[in-house]
Parts: sequence; structure tokens; C-alpha cells
Amino acid sequence: MLTKLKDFASTFFVTGDPLIYGADVAIVLTTIAIVFVLTYFKKWTWLWKEWLTSVDHKKIGIMYLIASLLMLFRGGVDALLMRTQLALPNIQFLQADHYNEIFTTHGTIMILFMAMPMMFALFNIVVPLQLGARDVAYPFLNALSFWLFFFGAMLFNLSFVIGGSPDAGWLSYPPLSEMSHSPGVGENFYIWGIQISGIGSLATGINFLVTILKMRAPGMKLMNMPLFSWSVLSTSVMIIFAFPILTITLALLFVDRFLGAHFFTMTAGGNPMMYVNLIWMWGHPEVYIVVIPAFGIYSEIVSTFSKKKIFGYKSMVFSMMIISVLSFFTWVHHFFTMGAGADVNTFFAISTMAIGIPTGVKIFNWLFTMFRGRIQLKQPMLWTLAFIPCFVVGGATGVMLAVAPADYQYHNSYFLIAHFHQVLIGGVVFGYLAGIYYWWPKMFGFKLDEKLGKWAFWTWNIGFYVCFMPQYALGFMGMTRRVYTYGWDMGWAPLNLVSSIGAFLMGIGFIFQVWQISYSIKYGERDTTGDPWNARTLEWSIPSPAPMYNFATVPHVSEQDAWWAEKQAREAGKRAAAAPALEPIHMPKNSGIPIIMAAFWFVAGFGFVFSWIWMAVAGLLGVAACLLARSFQYDTDYYIPVDEIKRTEASFGRGI
Amino acid sequence: MNLKPARKFLKAACAAFALCLAVFALSGCSGKFVVLDPQGPVAATQQRLIVLSAVLCAIVIIPVLAILVFIVWRYRDKPGNKAPYTPDWHDSKLLETIWWGIPIIIIGILGTYTARDTFALAKPPVSDTTPITVQVTSLDWKWLFTYPDQHIATVNYVQIPAGVPVRFQLTSDAPMNSFWVPQLGGQEYTMPGMAMQLWLQADKPGVYYGTGANFSGKDFAHMRFDVEAKPQAEFNQWVSSVKQTAPALTKSGYEQLVQPGTSEKTLYSSYPDGLFDDIVNKNGGMYMHHSSAPGEPGESSGTSATGATGTSGMTDMPGMNHH
Amino acid sequence: MAHTAVHQASRGQTAAHAHAAEHHDQEGLKILGFWIFLVTDCLLFGTLFAAYVVLRTHTDGGPNGKELFEVPGFVAETFILLTSSFTSGLAALAMNQGKRNQLLGWLAVTALLGACFVGFEVSEFAKMAGEGATISRSAFLSAFFTLVGTHGLHVSLGLVWMTAIMLQLRRRGITAVTRRKVFVISLYWHFLDAVWIFLFTVVYLMGVM
Repeated sequence: MLTKLKDFASTFFVTGDPLIYGADVAIVLTTIAIVFVLTYFKKWTWLWKEWLTSVDHKKIGIMYLIASLLMLFRGGVDALLMRTQLALPNIQFLQADHYNEIFTTHGTIMILFMAMPMMFALFNIVVPLQLGARDVAYPFLNALSFWLFFFGAMLFNLSFVIGGSPDAGWLSYPPLSEMSHSPGVGENFYIWGIQISGIGSLATGINFLVTILKMRAPGMKLMNMPLFSWSVLSTSVMIIFAFPILTITLALLFVDRFLGAHFFTMTAGGNPMMYVNLIWMWGHPEVYIVVIPAFGIYSEIVSTFSKKKIFGYKSMVFSMMIISVLSFFTWVHHFFTMGAGADVNTFFAISTMAIGIPTGVKIFNWLFTMFRGRIQLKQPMLWTLAFIPCFVVGGATGVMLAVAPADYQYHNSYFLIAHFHQVLIGGVVFGYLAGIYYWWPKMFGFKLDEKLGKWAFWTWNIGFYVCFMPQYALGFMGMTRRVYTYGWDMGWAPLNLVSSIGAFLMGIGFIFQVWQISYSIKYGERDTTGDPWNARTLEWSIPSPAPMYNFATVPHVSEQDAWWAEKQAREAGKRAAAAPALEPIHMPKNSGIPIIMAAFWFVAGFGFVFSWIWMAVAGLLGVAACLLARSFQYDTDYYIPVDEIKRTEASFGRGI
Repeated sequence: MNLKPARKFLKAACAAFALCLAVFALSGCSGKFVVLDPQGPVAATQQRLIVLSAVLCAIVIIPVLAILVFIVWRYRDKPGNKAPYTPDWHDSKLLETIWWGIPIIIIGILGTYTARDTFALAKPPVSDTTPITVQVTSLDWKWLFTYPDQHIATVNYVQIPAGVPVRFQLTSDAPMNSFWVPQLGGQEYTMPGMAMQLWLQADKPGVYYGTGANFSGKDFAHMRFDVEAKPQAEFNQWVSSVKQTAPALTKSGYEQLVQPGTSEKTLYSSYPDGLFDDIVNKNGGMYMHHSSAPGEPGESSGTSATGATGTSGMTDMPGMNHH
Repeated sequence: MAHTAVHQASRGQTAAHAHAAEHHDQEGLKILGFWIFLVTDCLLFGTLFAAYVVLRTHTDGGPNGKELFEVPGFVAETFILLTSSFTSGLAALAMNQGKRNQLLGWLAVTALLGACFVGFEVSEFAKMAGEGATISRSAFLSAFFTLVGTHGLHVSLGLVWMTAIMLQLRRRGITAVTRRKVFVISLYWHFLDAVWIFLFTVVYLMGVM
């Protein structure tokens, strides 16, 4: 009995690596500390009522943001471990298996559990406010999406201390990811972590598409809509078309692993190439899913901080839509070298290059928004200005990669690594950071400190170039991705060392940001006006942070940059701040079902990971029970009375 | 006040650029840019395309960066800036036509060259010598090369005659990998159940770095091999000496070789008949012609001969050559 | 929650009126959302169909569709499911005429037919498995069981859902909310019917031909 238990424990828990033992201790201590603080300050009820059961899009957004920053930390630590291992030839810091796990989790976390939630954080915080809406179309579903993401991410993250991490790369190509070559539970964690959070992402796509189509303030035509909301519309459509493919692809891989089926196996007629096609049919749109909202953010910021209307609004909308359509017709460029045929490769090479056209147009439009403007170099604008050269170079190397015959030389090399980090960091991360700096006062009512922010900005940026420019060169030297070590013979050592130094500089940049946030909580400049940047869109017309009902009275919109126009009119004395009659506001009630249902999904996922059928069934029954409970619930909303609205508005100094 | 960040930005950008240059210069002494050092016609074509695309991209990038710096400098928000300020100017058909037009032209040029070379590289390099064939099988975590004409086999080492086009046939009896010899030409995937084709040629004798490029598990990092090009006569000598001195690769020897693990450079005087075809077929090769062109009677050789492809292409299933 | 009760007590006449209007909007929103969900479900099935078509001939020496599929069985399944789609249409008709009991009756018939369909399918699967044609036998069978099984799972979930809606109809009668729920489930049901027609053609008809 005892030995049996011991055997179980030694496979159930990951053992043997001091790094992991350290992580174990850290996890236990952090959990104890959190539980202690919540209990000591009697905050459990507050946490449950105000946050965990909230269906308020602003609070959900903040929870997404916190989770994504934690994931950025985890993914970043993974990156630094890798760069440590690769700093010099033949280092024994990480063994092959461990290194393979780390690059797999790094990629998966950064795309699916960092970029996606950070994007959803901004969707949630900004879109309803920009549209003049009180919430998203389906607030309950929105909460469910968050909790599905959260528990999916937890399940994935658990793998490095329990059972073992996946180690077949962030897209888990079979047959490597099949039972024949990855018999452990790691791949199951990968499948279920992504699957559970993927359902949430799909629901978010539907939610925001309907929100944007149906919940805009009266008078706001689609072609008057702020560009960030346009970018969300475009991304939501891509999510709706791409994510079902991911769901099925991973489901089929799981059926292979769990029931011994042969979709992608080497034997019995399986076809691994089919997986590669399917996963990239999702995977390529996915990178545009994360970058398009960043384009929306840049558009808002460039216009605000140049104090000028966005240049070529229609082109901006049109180009985003073209990109989202084209993104579904480029997937083969991820495997030109699988030799699909000269005709096929030519088609996909040209469709890929074609994406450079609308993207280039966007760059010019941003430049000419600044032209004859008045450029204020505030933090959001700094990140935007850093984005342009970074993304232009990254985009250019992307066009180079699209040249199919040349791609035979770049593919799987560090040239490719440098390229996609340049567009994903320079495009996506810079964009989201710019957005976070920009909308931070709207979320929390204070600005983030400028001085610490500048330190963070410069360490991040210098670190970025020091880290990734050498990697282009390493690609030309024949260094392939995913090697855990290398020798002295190829002369890769100096550039790798430089690259590692750059990575650590970026890590320091992140530390500055943590410092900046903690410092600003206490000392940051408070925003009492609700419009700290003298901005242009509706979210800045209401107090910071926004009251729970967002708009005391629903705004009427007649043009682009509605809030700017309103301010101009008021300045010219044409219009006083209007004060129409207040009415009770219809709001959705909080609900505990989303978090409970997602927890049951976690239980089911965990059961499937270890093939414990009883646990999987119990989890799925719990999910079903939650769905039924919701179906039978009719009392799901309430009204905020007029006098409470008056009181709230008065507390912001806005008498109505 | 507002000037400072802009100046800082410029300074830092210059510093970063200088650092990059320094690093490149430094590393030039120790490392070798194998991709930019073509030793055969395929790699040379690819290098030309790399340079062409880089130049075309630079034509766009450099003006854009210059315009960016100029605009940020000229229109910065500081008291007394005399530059014009037109807060409502947001539209210019002429300007927008220009920057929809420029990238379209550039992509047009690049696309044309890409299409031309993609089709060209599907064919063997032009040469008056008869090509030789080398079959490549990626295993966990080693490379097996079989020479169907010479009937010898090697592991983690491949010798080819210089100046002769080599038709590499690629497959895998393990998770997919990618066969890459940068100085001779780009890589191509090795996939279970498929026989891909990659034309390469070394113009001069020499030893060229080869590596597995697609992650395939634990010891992927050790999947390196050397490609040695020798004059035809020396190559022939080498073949006959291998035939005389090296041991044979038997069926059970192959079973040993398939087991996960790394391997030293090894030579074999012979290998089981039809080994490569067997490997392809047992991993699903027999289905390939069904899924590529269902319903077309007798398409077995048609699709692949014309569809030869990329630098390469899916060849006939070897088992089907007798159809 | 304490403050909610207060709000509801203080709700006035106008608010109640507005409430009805807003509910109407919300039901419309939910129907739109469901349509979009169906788009995603279409893509989901589309991907499964694609996988099936690719692997259709990959039998690994095992049985193929011609040997496995029994014409009377899948024709009966088709007939049952098509009829259930028709009866769910009759249910919607009854609902529009405000006839609750008739509505419940037709929903019950629909659910019963759905259950028969699932029963047939389960026995078909069991028979195949008994003959050694399991999901792990060949890529073709993996794709077959997954595609057809996913449809069957959709139908089964629809049955549970339909039962829940019938209970709500009994308790609350035909209201704006229950009307929307009936509408949505019948959309779902017709959708599954349409998917089956593709299954019938691509899997069964082309299989036995």
C-alpha cells in the first residue's frame, strides 16, 4: 500500500529537478499567503461578491488583465531560462527534456494564455465604453468566458509540477505528440488547457461581435465607430471562423491519444500532414487575431496624442477587413518546405505578401495622422512610436519569409524566430502595453508614473533589439530553432550571448513595470476629470473609474470622435453639458454559476488528463448541472433606481 | 521638455544600431553565414532572392523610418513650434492612392520573381551530368542515407560527387524532421509515409554543414551530419571502399537503428532491398495517391511528375513506380 | 443580494414597461447570438467532414463503408430524424397559435423521435464494434465514428435541453423568454437535421456506392 502510494506520488508529482522543487515551495507559500491575507482581513465575501461572481465587463476586464500579467511573468521566466541555457555552448543548466518542456510552455502561454487574455482585457474594459453601452451583449456568458480561460490556464500551468509539461512544441505536431512518442500526460494537459480556454475565447468572439453590431449608442453608425471597436469587430469575426477548427483539431488529437484512434498516427492510415494543415488554418488567423486589436489601439493613441483626427479612416477600416479575410488564405506559408507543389506554394507566397499591402497602408496613415499634428510623447505614444520601426522591420522580414524558395533557407531557423518575435512583441505586446498605459486611468482612476515608465520603456526596447537582432544573423549561420544546446564549432556563441543579455534587459523592463504599478497605486497622478489625455472617444466622457452602469444617460452620437466633437461644441459655447432626465438602469445580476461551471470543466479536464474516467464524468455532470441551473433561472436582472444614480454621479462631482 | 524624449530616442536608436553593427562585425570573425555562402546553384538562386527581397523591403523601410523621425521631430508638441497644425485634416485621395500603389508595385515585382523561381527550383539544376539519387530517412535521432544505385548506406554522413545534381528523396521513420544543408540549398521536411524530393548540387568539393531543422524530440539538437562533396573519381573510390570494408546493414540492424538514441557516423556496405520503399509504405505511403487525386484513373505518375514542386516535390510513391 | 431587493421594491410603473421592452430586445439579441453559434458549429462539422473525406479510403486493410453500412438502418435513421424536424416545426406552429398543450405534445413527439434516432445509432455502433470495426481499427473508422458520433452527441444534448424547456413551459407557459427558448431549440434541431443530410450523403450513400 505504502509503496504503491509512493510510486503514484513519484509519477503524479514532477520530481528530480531542483528548479521545480523551488517552484513547488513558491506555489505553496504564495497560496498560503493569499489565503492568510484574505482570511485575516475578512475579504472572502468581498472577493466572492465583488469579483468572482461579477458579470460587470470592467471587472472581468481587470481580472483578465491580472491573469495575463501573471502569465507574462511565467512565459517570461521560461524565456529567460532558455536564454540562460543558450547563452554559451554546451551549458548543462537545463537537460534536453526540460528545455523542450520550457519552449513548449513558453510559446503556448505567450500566445494563448498571455496575448489572448490581455487582448480580452482591453476588449472588456474599452469596447462597451467606446460604444456608449452599459455592458456587453451577454454579460453572463462573458463571465463564463473569463472563468473558462482562467481554469484552462490553471490546468495548463499545473502540468509543470503535476504530471509533467507538454514537450512537443507549441503546436504539438503529431506523430511527435501522439502516444507513440509522447506517452506522458503532458500533451493531455496541453490539449485540455487550450480546449477549455478555447471554448471561452469562441464565446467571447460571439459576444463582442453581437455587442458591436447591436449595442452601439443611438446614432453611432458603423462608419463612425472608433477604430479600436472596428478592430475588435474584425478580430471577433476571425475568432468565430478560426477557433472551431482549433477545437476539432485538438479534439481529434485527443481521440487519437485517449481512444487509440488513427487521425494523425503513423500507423493504420493516419495522416499527420492533416494536423499540420488544420492547426495552421487556425494558427495563422490566430496571429492576426492578436495583432489586429493592437492596430486598433495604435489608431486611438496616435490620433489622441497628435491631437488630430485619424488620417484615412475608411482606409483603416477597409485594410483591417482585408487583413482578416486574407489571413485565412495564407496558412500554407508555415510549411512551404513540406513541398505542396510549385503552384500551391506560389499562391500562398503571393497571398502572404499581399497582406503587406494593407498593413503598409496602415503605417502610412498613422504617419500622416501625426503629420501636421501636435505630438505629445506620453507613455502610450512612446510605445506606439516604438512599434512603428519595429513592426516595419518585422513586417519586411515577414515579406522576405513569404518568398517561398527563400523560405527553404529561413524556415525553422533563428531568422524565423527573430521575425515572429519582432512582430509579436513589436506589434502585439507593444500595442497592448500602449493600450494598458492609455486606458489605465479609466480602469483605476490614476495614471501610471511617467518616470518609471520611461525606464521600463527604454530597457524593454533596447533589450528587444539586443535580444532579437542577433537572432536574424544566427539564422543565416544555420542555427535551427528548438536546439537545447550547441557546440563551439559553428561560431554561434558570441551572438547567442548578446541575445541572452538582451532578454535579461527585457526582464528588467518588466520589473520596472511591476515597480511602476506598485508605486503608482500610492503616488500616481489621480484622474479627477475622467479625460486625462484630452481624448476623443466616448469612454472619456464618463468618470474614471467608470461607475458600474457606465453611462448615467445613454449618449447620442452623430459623428466620428464623438467626445471630441462634444468638447469642441461646448468650448464654442454652442452646447452646454446636457442633462436629460434619468431613468432606472437595467442591469444583469451577478452569478456564481460561471466560476462553478468552469471549475467543473477543470475537474473534467483533469480527469481526462490522467484518464480517470470517474473524475471526468463527475466534472461533465457538474457542467451539465450548471447549464440546467442557469436555464431554469429567470430572475437574472435588476434595476438601479434614479436616486442611486444621482448619488453615484454626485460622488464623482457630476451633478445631474 | 518634450524635446528630451525625442532626442533620447534618437540617441538610443543610434546606440542600438551601432551595437548591432559592432556585434555583426565581431561575430563575422568567428561565425560563418552559411546561408549567404552558396556552394551550389540551388543555394545561389535562393541567395539571390534573399538579397532581392531585402533590397526591395529596404526601399520601403528606409524612407518610412526617415519620415517617422522627421514627423515626430517637426510636429512635437512644444510651446512655440511654428509647424502647421491642421487638426481636422484627415483625407487625401492622392496620398492614399500613392501608398496603396507603392506596396502593390513592390509586391508585384517580388511576387513575379518568387513565382518564377518557385517553379524553376522544382526542376533539377541544369547540368550535363547524370544526376544521382540519395534516399534520406530521418530517425530518432539520426539520419540514414541509402544510395539506391551504389547500394551502400551511411548514418549521419553523406558523400556526394561534386558538380553532379543530387536528387534527395526524403522520408521519416520517426516524427517529422527537416533536411537542411544551407550551403547547397534550402531544407525540406522528411515526413512519415511520404517520399519528398529535393534537388541539391555542390559545385566544388568540400565539407558542408547539414542539420535536422524540425524539432523531433529529445535529442533533436544532436541531429547534425556532414555532407562531403568529392570529385567524381574519388566518390567512386569511396563507394567501392565502403563496399569492401564496411559491414552490411541487415533488417535487424535497421530495427536497432530505429530505436531512439543518437548515433556516430557509420558506413554500411549494403542494406536490405527496397528498404526505403518499405519505410514509406508502412507509414501510410500506400494511401498517398488516393488522397492526392481521388477518382482519377491512372494518375499515379501524372500528379507528381508535373506537380514537382517548390525546391522539390512529392515524388511518386516508390512502391508505385511499377504501375 | 440585499441591495437588489431594494431596487426591485422601488421599481415604478414606467420601469416595468421599459422592462418588458428591454426583455424583448434581449431575446432578440440571444437569438442573433445563437445564429452565430450555429455558424461556429457549422465550421466544426465542416472540419470533421474534411477529415473524414481525407481519411475515407484509409482502411488499413480493415472493413470499408460498403462492408459496414446497412441500408435499412441508416435509411430508418434518416426517416426518423427528418420526421422529428417536421414535428418540431409543428411545435413552433402550435406555439405561435398560443396553444401550450399542443406545443408540449409536439415537443414530446420530437424528443421521442430523437431518442429513437440515438437508440438506432447506438445499436449500429455497437454492432460494428462487435464485428471488430472499432474506432482504433483504422483511420477511416476513426473518422467515421468521430463524425457520426459528434452528430449523435449533439442530438443527445438536444434531448436533455428540450426536456428542460418542456419543464419550463409547463411551469411558466408561453412567455417572451420561453418563446425564445423554443425558437432556439427548434433552430438547433433543424440545423442537426441539415447536418444529417450531409452525413447521409457523404458518409452513407457515398460509402455504399
